[in-house]
Amino acid sequence: MTLAVNISTNDPFQILAPDGSVVGDLPQLSEAELVDILRGMLRVRCIDDRMLKLQRAGRIGFVGSAMGQEATMIGSAVALLPQDWLWSGLREGGAAIMRGLPLDEYVAQMFCNANDTAKGRQMCNHFQHKGSHYPSWSSVIGTQIPHGVGAAFAARQRGLDEVHVIFFGDGASSSNGFHSGLNFAGVWKAPCVFVLVHNGWAISVSSRNQTAANSYSAKGTAYGVEGREVDGNCALACYQALKEATDSARRGAGPQLVVLNTYRMGGHSSSDDPSKYRDEAEVDEWRDKDPIERMTRFLEARGSLAAGAVDELRDELFMELDTVIRTQEAAPRMSWRTLVEDVYADVPPHLRQQYNQFLITQEKYGEASPSDGAFPL
Amino acid sequence: MALLTLLQAINDGLRNALQDDPSVLVFGQDVGPKGGVFLATENLTSEFGEARCFDTPLSEDGIIGAAIGMAMNGLKPVAEIQFQDFIFPAFDQIVSEAAKLRYRSGGQYTAPMVIRTPYGGGIRGGLYHSQSGEAYFCHTPGLKVVVPSTPHDAKGLLMASIADPDPVLFLEPKALYRSLKGEVPSGSYSVDLSTLRTAREGGDVTVFCYGAMVPVALKAADQAAEKGIEVCVVDLRTLLPLDEEGVLDAAKRTGRVVILHEAPRFCGYGAELSALIAENAIEYIEAPIKRVTGFDTPFPNTLEHHYLPDERRVLDAIETTHAF
Repeated sequence: MTLAVNISTNDPFQILAPDGSVVGDLPQLSEAELVDILRGMLRVRCIDDRMLKLQRAGRIGFVGSAMGQEATMIGSAVALLPQDWLWSGLREGGAAIMRGLPLDEYVAQMFCNANDTAKGRQMCNHFQHKGSHYPSWSSVIGTQIPHGVGAAFAARQRGLDEVHVIFFGDGASSSNGFHSGLNFAGVWKAPCVFVLVHNGWAISVSSRNQTAANSYSAKGTAYGVEGREVDGNCALACYQALKEATDSARRGAGPQLVVLNTYRMGGHSSSDDPSKYRDEAEVDEWRDKDPIERMTRFLEARGSLAAGAVDELRDELFMELDTVIRTQEAAPRMSWRTLVEDVYADVPPHLRQQYNQFLITQEKYGEASPSDGAFPL
Repeated sequence: MALLTLLQAINDGLRNALQDDPSVLVFGQDVGPKGGVFLATENLTSEFGEARCFDTPLSEDGIIGAAIGMAMNGLKPVAEIQFQDFIFPAFDQIVSEAAKLRYRSGGQYTAPMVIRTPYGGGIRGGLYHSQSGEAYFCHTPGLKVVVPSTPHDAKGLLMASIADPDPVLFLEPKALYRSLKGEVPSGSYSVDLSTLRTAREGGDVTVFCYGAMVPVALKAADQAAEKGIEVCVVDLRTLLPLDEEGVLDAAKRTGRVVILHEAPRFCGYGAELSALIAENAIEYIEAPIKRVTGFDTPFPNTLEHHYLPDERRVLDAIETTHAF
């Protein structure tokens, strides 16, 4: 069995130790903001719980669980300003919710139903939210990295006060997009931040087999992009590191590579069985560093959270979520016309013809509904 | 109107676009102060500054990936890939990202951008400075693929591509860059991206072609006329989406069809044209549809003039089709 994490994390930046004790300078966050971070992380875990159950029951197709990584996305999301963009990978949906993606849109995307803003075209776990500047990823690893760099370049060119925060995993650090993205951003001093979520695994390939570099943060050095190692299970460290990196990019000092060291507690996805390639002892070791328990202990110790309040919080989140799931599961399918729409700004003649021909066949079987009507030619 | 080469017309189109729209950017390898290896972007950096026309690091994947992000955030990138042969590192960004962004986001995000790149043979460039790779891209829904063949169309199609809301691959026939001149209006204008052009009228045989093969077809048509065969030459201009109605009309008018391109034959663009005509106009067709193409080989170097279809091979196909 392979162990994932033996590559150096260079004494990562940490504010809360695993037992919740404070070992660094606390960021300037209000009590309400601190509790909000806990609530955000809990929500991600509640969603994962429900989605995995729905998937096992065959009611949704696919889940990429974020279990264990909640601090990376929630701590980071809180550090961004509303105008900033977050370029995502598979597991950052919780960050989108934290920044404004409505829960019903999130769940609609998991059901790929008629309420999905992407019109049911992408498989599950490909969220987007234009309102909070969160484009969806494609599934191809690392391609969003140069997109974020180009968009950051555009922001500066247009005089906009935006920082583009680009998430990806340790596997993506081997992709073309990582190298071209960091290189272009370094040359352009683009107002962006690279966030490498080092969760130990790219499906079944351990992070030690992904690179011969001494650390992931070292991979920025050759591109003139300063790297920083952070305890990715410490939500406050994630917040503070992203705050400093976005402030710096906003000032025009160029991009940083922030490595959030965490661990993927579940499989790569609902289709993956990690027992085939990794040692459960390593997973247990990380269970003791759980980001949610750490934040809970911290808040309880300072009196921000009453004993047992976290259970109430969890119940509330489940209740809210279950209501949304019931509504979204009942939503209808997308109109058939979406088969050929949004390929181009206008539906061109050949696609109209292809669709109309399809409709003639379906009508023979009485399966078309009025909203599926033919296109004028 | 000025008499310009195709290359000058492209330079002129870029200049007009930069003047008209402050969100237009021109960039790529060596496109800045040098003005591009063919000089398509000559003087644009000095006229518009390095913020509008500039060099990038040498990474096609990075150029196109960054262009997509710029387009998603309000700019109008016109990226150059130095030779179409070098575009493949960016194939993923073009095919998986730019072409699919509107669709996969349900129309929430789009990538209106232009990728200019010189394609095709005729400059003794060997395997990697000569290819004609349009078929790879025409198999990609969401992309538009445009190929001009005259200076007038080069500028008008380029300006229309820059104004278009969807990503456009703009293939420039480098063999024609300096080989012909034509009247080009000095101001901004557009040539529609959804219509073909009849380059020559004729009632006996229809030749479909595009880009650098258009002058070859026209020469063959002149020679055919001397033998009493009147050839209609159709310049497709936009390969994707194709003006299917225009193609079918032109095929039906003569009932005899020759398809000409310099790319390899197998699964080439001509196969699609041939299938389109066979599916929709077979009752009008009097003779087998003929294709004149490059060989199904890599692009040669010293023998490129025999790889590329010339007027002899085109004339042979016209005569055979006519005599059937």
